[in-house]
Amino acid sequence: MKKPCLSIRKIHKDYEKNPLLDGISFDLHEDETFCLLGPSGSGKSTLLRVIAGLEKADAGSILWRGKDISGIPVEKRNFGLMFQDYALFPHMTVAENIAFGPRMRGWSKAAIQKRVEQTLQIVRMEKFSDRRVLELSGGEKQRVALARTIAPEPDLIMLDEPLGALDKTLRDELGQVLHEILNELHIPTIYVTHDQEEAFTVANTIAVLNFGNILQMGTPEEIYNTPASLWIASFLGFSNQIPGSIKQIDPLLIASDVGDFSLSESEHISMKKGGDVTLVIKPDMIRAASRKNGSNLIQGTVKDSQFRGDGYRLSISTKNDATLHFRDTMRREIGQPITLEISPAMLLVYSGNHA
Amino acid sequence: MRNTRRKLFYFLGAIPIVYLLIFYTLPLGIIFEKAFEGFQTLLQTSGLLQKLGRPLAFTLYQAGLSVILTVLVGFPIAYLFSHFHFKGKKLFQAAVTLPFILPTVVVAAALNSLIGPSGWLNLALIHIFDLASPPIQIMNSLEIILLAHIFYNTSIFVRVVGAAWAQLETEQEQAARTLGAGVWQRFWFITLPLLKQSILSAILMVFLFDFTSFGVILMLGGPSFSTLEVEIYLQTTQMLNLPLAGLLSVIQMGITFFISWFILRDSHTGIVTFLPDIKNERMQKAASGKQKILLILLLTFIFLFFVLPELSLFFRSFIFIETDGTFKFTLDFYKELFHNVHGSLFYISPFTALKNSLTYALITTLIAGLLGIIAAYGLLNARKSKVLRALVLLPLGTSSVTLGLGFLLAFPRLSLFQKYPQILIPIAHTLVALPVVINTLYPAFASIPANLRAAAGNLGASPMKVLQKIDLPLIRNSLLVGALYAFILSLGEFGATSFLTRPEYPTMPTAIYRYLSLPGSLNYGQAMATSCILLTLCTFSMLLIERFMLKDKRS
Repeated sequence: MKKPCLSIRKIHKDYEKNPLLDGISFDLHEDETFCLLGPSGSGKSTLLRVIAGLEKADAGSILWRGKDISGIPVEKRNFGLMFQDYALFPHMTVAENIAFGPRMRGWSKAAIQKRVEQTLQIVRMEKFSDRRVLELSGGEKQRVALARTIAPEPDLIMLDEPLGALDKTLRDELGQVLHEILNELHIPTIYVTHDQEEAFTVANTIAVLNFGNILQMGTPEEIYNTPASLWIASFLGFSNQIPGSIKQIDPLLIASDVGDFSLSESEHISMKKGGDVTLVIKPDMIRAASRKNGSNLIQGTVKDSQFRGDGYRLSISTKNDATLHFRDTMRREIGQPITLEISPAMLLVYSGNHA
Repeated sequence: MRNTRRKLFYFLGAIPIVYLLIFYTLPLGIIFEKAFEGFQTLLQTSGLLQKLGRPLAFTLYQAGLSVILTVLVGFPIAYLFSHFHFKGKKLFQAAVTLPFILPTVVVAAALNSLIGPSGWLNLALIHIFDLASPPIQIMNSLEIILLAHIFYNTSIFVRVVGAAWAQLETEQEQAARTLGAGVWQRFWFITLPLLKQSILSAILMVFLFDFTSFGVILMLGGPSFSTLEVEIYLQTTQMLNLPLAGLLSVIQMGITFFISWFILRDSHTGIVTFLPDIKNERMQKAASGKQKILLILLLTFIFLFFVLPELSLFFRSFIFIETDGTFKFTLDFYKELFHNVHGSLFYISPFTALKNSLTYALITTLIAGLLGIIAAYGLLNARKSKVLRALVLLPLGTSSVTLGLGFLLAFPRLSLFQKYPQILIPIAHTLVALPVVINTLYPAFASIPANLRAAAGNLGASPMKVLQKIDLPLIRNSLLVGALYAFILSLGEFGATSFLTRPEYPTMPTAIYRYLSLPGSLNYGQAMATSCILLTLCTFSMLLIERFMLKDKRS
C-alpha cells in the first residue's frame, strides 16, 4: 500500500472525566475509504470532530502528510465534514450552499459557478440549483450536503452517519449512489456509521470502535469472517450463541448442550481442555442434515419460517429451549422436527462463557 | 337547557368585544371625527405643515437614533447572555430586564437622581471641586432622551435576540468552519442572516416604543423637545386645539398600526420572552483572557448603566441636602408621605396617590384578567382566530396618549363619568393591559391538547365546566403572570392617566411628575421616595413573574 496521508496517533479525549477516546491510532491512505463502525456513544463522531478540528484532543497527535496539524484551525485544514443532519444553511439556495466553500476560499465567480454545476452533476441534482434547501426532501438534502462538502475540493472527506437520517428504502438507494460517487472522487474518506451493512458496502477498511478504542481493524471480509471478539460478533448481529467447553484440542472439538462441534483452529481462545467458551454460529444459509449422528449437528423443531424476499428466515428451538436463526432456502412447516448440518466455516469460538 | 348554556357562552364571549367597541373603537372614532371636522379650518391655519412636520420629523429622528444606539448596546449584551455561563448571571439578566417594566416616571426620577442637577454625580462634583453650580447639564437635552430610551429598550433587544441566539444550532457555524469560513465570515454569512428575523422584530418593537415614548420626552426632554405624543398632549391640555391634536393622533396611529402590523405578522413570541436557560455548546465559561476581559467590561457596563440609576434613586430618597450643601440622612420623605403638611388645595398627598394607584391597579387587574380569560379562551374556539387575535391586540399599537385623548373627547360629558371621573382611569388602564394579558394567556390555552377538552366533554362536562376544571387549573401560572403584568402596567401608566386624572385623584406617576416639576428639596425628596415605592413594587412583581414563568416551563 501507498504511504499514509493521515495518521492518527494515540488520541485521548475525556468527557466529564470519562474517556471518550482512549488512545486511538490508525492510518488513512490515499484513495482509501476508511469506515469507523461502532454503536452510538462509541466515540466515533467525536473522533471525526477532533480530526476536523472542531474539538481539541486531550492528548495525541494528528499528522497530515507527516506534519502535525493540531495547531491549524478548522477553517484552514481543508477537510470536508458532512454533518449527520447535514447542517445546510437554511437561508441560502442549493447553489449558494454549495458555493459557500469555494467562496470562502476566494475563488473567482466563474470558477465557483463552474464548480457548483460540476458538483450538482456529480450528485445528480442539476435541476435543483435554485431551490431553497428547506423545500428539499431528506434524500435531496443529503445529496446537497455531500455536494457542499466536496465543492471546495477538500483533501479529505469525512461523513458522519451520512445515511442515518433517511428511511430504509432511501438508505439502500442513496447508499449505492454514495458508494459510486466516492469511487469516482478519489479523495481519502472517513466514513462513520453504526450500520455494518453500510460499512461493508462502502469501506476498503473498517475499524470497529467501542469504549473509545479500536477493537478490530481490517477489510470488510476479515471483519465479517473472523470477528476478533464476542462483542464484535454480537455487534455484527451474530445472535446464535451457545455456551460450551473445550472437549479436545487437536483437532478442536467443543462440547455443548446442543451437541459437539468440530472446527478449524481459533486464535481467540486460550487452549485449555475443559475451558469455558462461547460458540457463535453465523446465521448463514443452512441445509438439513442427511445423517443423524456425529458432531456439527443441531437438532430441534421449526419455530418459525418467514419469507424474506431473497430467501427464508428459519427459527428453530433446540432441545434445551434456545432459539437459533438461520437463512434458509424453503418454507418449512412449524412444529416439524429438524436436524441441521453446521459447517465448520459457520462456527466461531471465544473464550469465556457469556451466559 | 343545553341551548341556554350555549347562549350564555356566546354572551360571555361577546363581552370583551363589546368592551373594545365602546372603550377603544368609539374614542378612536371620535378622534377621527374631530380631526376631520376641524380639517377645513386647520388647512387655513398658517404653517400647518410645519406644525405637523416638526414633531413628526423629531419623533422619527429621535426614535431612529435611539434604535441604532439600543442595537449597539444590546448586541454585545445579547452575545454575552447567549454565550457565557458565569456567576450571578441571573441577577445580571434581571438587571437588564428590570428597566423594561419600570414606569417612565421612575426611569426619569432614577436618571434624575443620578445625573440631574441635584443628582449624585453633580453633588459629588460640586462637593469635590467646590463649584457654584452643577457641572453636568444633561437634563433637557437630546442626550438624556436617548440615554433613557437605551436604558428602557435594551432589554427588549437582549431578550428577543439573545433568546434566538442561544437557541441557534451551532452546527451551521461549524459546517461553515469546515468549509473554510473564518470568525467574521461565519458571523456575517451565517449567524447574522439566521438571526435576521429576530433582530428585525426586536428593532421594530424598540422603534415602536421609542416612537410612542411620552413620559421620557416630557420629563427629561423638557419644553424644547416635542414628539408627536408630547405635541398631542400639549395641544390638548395647553393650547386647547383639539382638531390639531386629533390630526396628530391620526398620523401617529397610522404609523404605529403600520409598525405593529409588521411586528404581529412575524412574531410568534409574547411581548417579553424570558431568556431560555439552555445548555449547549454555545454556552461556555469564559476561558481565554480576551473573553474574560470582555465579560468583565460588559458586566461593569451593565452595572453602571442598568443598576446604578436604581441604586442611586434608592439612596437619594434617604438624603436631605441643607441649603449650605451638607448631607443628612433622613426618613422624612417617607414620613411626609402620610400627612399633608402644606394643607394646600394644590398639594398632592403622596399617600392618596399610593392608595389611588393601588386601587386602580387592582381593579385593572381584575377586569383585564377576566376579559383576558374570556377573550383568550374565545380566540381558541373562534373561527378566523388569527384575524380576531390581531384585532384584540390592536390597542397595543395605540399610544396611551391617543387613548387618553380619545377618552377625554368621548366620555367625560356623560353624567356617570362626570359624577365619578375616576372610573375612567382603570377602564383606560385595562385597554393598555388587556393585549398583554391575552398574549400571555392565549399561548397557554393553546398549549393544552384539544384532546383533554374532548375527553372532559365526552365524560359529560359542559364547556363552562371544561374551562373551570381543565383549562383554568392548567393555565394558573400564566394567569398569574398576566395578572402581574396588568398590575404593573396600571401602576406605572402615565400617558393616558395624565389626560384623565384630576388633581384630587392623583396616581403615583402623576404625583411624581408633579413633584419633579416643582422646586424645593422636599418635593425632590418626595419624588424620590414615591418613585422608590413604585420601583420596589415593580421589582417584586417582576421577580414573581419570572418565578411563575419558570414554573410553567418546568411543568
